Amino acid sequence: MDNAEAFDKFKECAVEVLQVAPEQVTPEARFADDLDADSLDLVELVMALEEKFDINVDESELEGVETIAQAFDLVTSKL
Amino acid sequence: MLAVQGSPDGGGSIPGRRVVITGIGVIAPCGTGADEFWSGLLGPAPTGPRRVEHLDATGLYGPKDIRRVDRFTQFAAVAAAEAVKDAGAIDADPDRVGVVMGTGIGGLETFEAQMHVLIEKGERRVSPFLVPMMMGNRAAADVSMRHGFRGPCEATVTACAAGTHSIANAARLVATGRCDVAVGGSAEAAITPLGVAGFSNMTALSSSGISRPFDVRRDGFVIGEGGGALVLEERERAQARGAHIYAEVLGAANTADAYDVVAPAPEGRGAVACMLQALADAQLRPEDVTHINAHGTSTPLNDEAEATAVVTVFGAPGPALTSIKGITGHSLAASGSLEAVALALTYEHGLIPPTAGLEELDPKVEIDVVRDGPRPWTPGPAMSNSFGFGGHNGALVFGPA
Repeated sequence: MDNAEAFDKFKECAVEVLQVAPEQVTPEARFADDLDADSLDLVELVMALEEKFDINVDESELEGVETIAQAFDLVTSKL
Repeated sequence: MLAVQGSPDGGGSIPGRRVVITGIGVIAPCGTGADEFWSGLLGPAPTGPRRVEHLDATGLYGPKDIRRVDRFTQFAAVAAAEAVKDAGAIDADPDRVGVVMGTGIGGLETFEAQMHVLIEKGERRVSPFLVPMMMGNRAAADVSMRHGFRGPCEATVTACAAGTHSIANAARLVATGRCDVAVGGSAEAAITPLGVAGFSNMTALSSSGISRPFDVRRDGFVIGEGGGALVLEERERAQARGAHIYAEVLGAANTADAYDVVAPAPEGRGAVACMLQALADAQLRPEDVTHINAHGTSTPLNDEAEATAVVTVFGAPGPALTSIKGITGHSLAASGSLEAVALALTYEHGLIPPTAGLEELDPKVEIDVVRDGPRPWTPGPAMSNSFGFGGHNGALVFGPA
């Protein structure tokens, strides 16, 4: 799976869980400010990503994750 | 309605502030909103489980949030929003506005869905929103948050008596002076595989799928769902602001059978005590009551016990009595609120809706059941009863505005 393909899958999850428009899911987008997502939203998003990418993300790894790019990097680091 | 109850003979009682109904809201299988609901009560009875087919709470929740509120909370939110809007400019100190929204079970649909997730996908996939979706107080919290009401905010959980108890508890918040306005109501959404299996296996459900209260062939209740809410307001302020007043809450009672978890006490003793208590709270005599909106579930045990209790309290045949459950089915904890809204509308229209489904009155029943068509009624004091598993009894007494 190349990076663009992975980001598309990532975006699908974000759109579904956070109920935002696909074009809002950019690498720079901030969860709290741009996507109206709080910490529980993030937990739900990570669950969806774990399932989609067949990975495991520990809760502690979410600390400091504030942007789409950070979350996406966390996912791709597990692939 | 008494603020302080004196000795059993009534001595030393202190009347409470007078409480009136200034807003009503409802979502039921026979209709959403007071007008549609009332038309439904006068229409033909459906058969089978009474589902609310047209729940649409998208006007109240964003697309993300709506997936994070259980169906029972959405019912409560829709009903309360209508009631609050109907009440008009309440303009009360938010710290003195209370909310009591009851439920029997809470977020059962959420619980079941997440139980499947747990078994099939493991604990790490269980929704972080499970707890706030499932908890029985979520409906009350939702109403408080949506409307900014910061007074007492609670959920009364007394099975099928929860709606009546919630309205009683909310009215008392106003009568005792703690609140100037309170929203009282309840919601239930338990038509799920687990809920239906549970009620079915305890042989509470009708095998014919026909709800026919007080009929000789009644064979159990037909499950329903929905939500109802009343805005209860101190009378003087309601009058001062020119609010439309549906009726006054004259009295209420909450009692327990202390007998059996599912069967009513013999001869409806608990129901008798509750109705007498409600009359005492309203400072009325039995002969003052001209109409009863019955619990009337269409189960063999309830209807016989309730009819017997009514005769004990009021004599035979007693006040004109109806059960709307022929139309609505038994919406469990929502039923008391649906029936309180129906009673408020009965005052509005001067018309008692008939007991749908009733074809052949049980000969053991000596009461005056309104049937076949609505009966014109000159508004006077009226009672609404609810009884719940656990031996919970509830009665409300309303009077004309």
